[in-house]
Amino acid sequence: MPLRLLKYAWKKPEDEPRFFPSEKPLKEAYDVVIIGGGGHGMACAYYLAKEHGITNVAVLEQGYIGGGNTGRNTTIVRSNYLTAEGVKFYDESLSLFEDLSDDFDLNIFYSTRGHFTLAHTDSAMRTMRWRAEVNKHYGIDSEVVDVETIQKEVPYMDMTCNGQHPVMGALYHAPGSVARHDAVAWGYARGAQMRGVEIHQKTKVMDIKTKGGKVVGVETDRGFVEAKKVISAVAGSTPRITEMLDIKTPIEIFPLQACVTEPVKPFMDTIVVSGSLHVYVSQSSRGELVMGASVDPAELHSTRSTLDFVEGLTDQMMDLFPFTSRMKIMRQWAGMADITPDFAPIMGKTDIEGFYLDAGWGTWGFKATPVSGKTMAYTVANDRPHELIKPFALSRYEDFKLVGEKGAASVGH
Amino acid sequence: MKFVTCPSLGKRALSEFTYGGRYEQEPAQETVSEKEWADYVFYHNGAPKVQIEWWYHRPTGIWFLFERDTLTDRINKVDFARKGMTHEA
Repeated sequence: MPLRLLKYAWKKPEDEPRFFPSEKPLKEAYDVVIIGGGGHGMACAYYLAKEHGITNVAVLEQGYIGGGNTGRNTTIVRSNYLTAEGVKFYDESLSLFEDLSDDFDLNIFYSTRGHFTLAHTDSAMRTMRWRAEVNKHYGIDSEVVDVETIQKEVPYMDMTCNGQHPVMGALYHAPGSVARHDAVAWGYARGAQMRGVEIHQKTKVMDIKTKGGKVVGVETDRGFVEAKKVISAVAGSTPRITEMLDIKTPIEIFPLQACVTEPVKPFMDTIVVSGSLHVYVSQSSRGELVMGASVDPAELHSTRSTLDFVEGLTDQMMDLFPFTSRMKIMRQWAGMADITPDFAPIMGKTDIEGFYLDAGWGTWGFKATPVSGKTMAYTVANDRPHELIKPFALSRYEDFKLVGEKGAASVGH
Repeated sequence: MKFVTCPSLGKRALSEFTYGGRYEQEPAQETVSEKEWADYVFYHNGAPKVQIEWWYHRPTGIWFLFERDTLTDRINKVDFARKGMTHEA
């Protein structure tokens, strides 16, 4: 238990300090400006301050902290990916996640659930075996399990899926977890702020200024700020930022929608994913079913939600869990997923000196929050890419060295 | 549900269509360099804009071209893929 909770019990409410101190005016110059105050931007700021002693940093956020994809994902953390690059990267992230509550002295509600990826066809079973072998090779707890094991762990699931797509087995990943996504962003933000980083919400970057191929600062709606190094960690807004510098990327924006049901008694303590049915579901600590499906069919820069999505998703959900037909949907929302052709991120340096990209996070961004922050901070502080992110360079497409991450969620392969 | 008005077919539900990606002029196969090919396949300015896209109508098997705004999701023009753009949506 975080010590903070115990201390809080002995305090009067008015003794409790504000979580974030009130904002200061923008300074004229910073060493590093981070665009985007979500999990990734905050984590980068935190590790820059904590591990590299760079504290003259401003995080500029056009909305509010964690209001973008950080607060819109379905909070699943796992590392059972398919490529060597992906597995190593996400496993580092998972181990960082496990220590975050203590690191922040703040409860991020990290809850290890066990993660089933269901297979309904022979070819899906083959992919699961492949993934399990790649995972085991890198020391990840991952195995293929049979129908009886799944039924025992998830007794309320209809294993025949209404007789239409019988479950044949699953990839089981015991460390698969959920965490409170807002708390992750808040924890990193507060940790960074305590070490001197400035966070400016409601501050929109309008342009990035360069001189002789080098970044000199950013133009915001609150005036010009000088900066030698600028990091873009803006997920679905990445193309709008790269357009300012005329950088071309393979990123396309697709809305990714999710929804939650009304809260019910706890009945499911695992995470269930079905690639064939395009469904993933877990039960939150409040009792709501948190559900997601695949990305929307066409490119769109918008966070609008649709009835088509809920209809499609609930149709599949009722095949898996027939009793959910009596449950009500409480909320639905969408995030803008920045999808790359090989379902892996784009991280590191660019052709513009001093401009760093942390993008292409598509449907796999939340689970990478700690490791992306850590590796980006290293990359910015040393001006050379961290070993773990070398395969994720923007130039990999023209070098024809694509990563091909078929373990990514919510995207058809 | 979202609808779109097509030549010959009239008003159809958008869910009958499959998105086929951006319409772009393919570089000449004989003379294209590797860099130009990579640019054509991968690198582009993904910012919100009005663009022409391939859309496949599954029930009839006809390919259409839509002119669509990727910020507002508004479809401005629709026509058969082999004809080019003339009709208002």
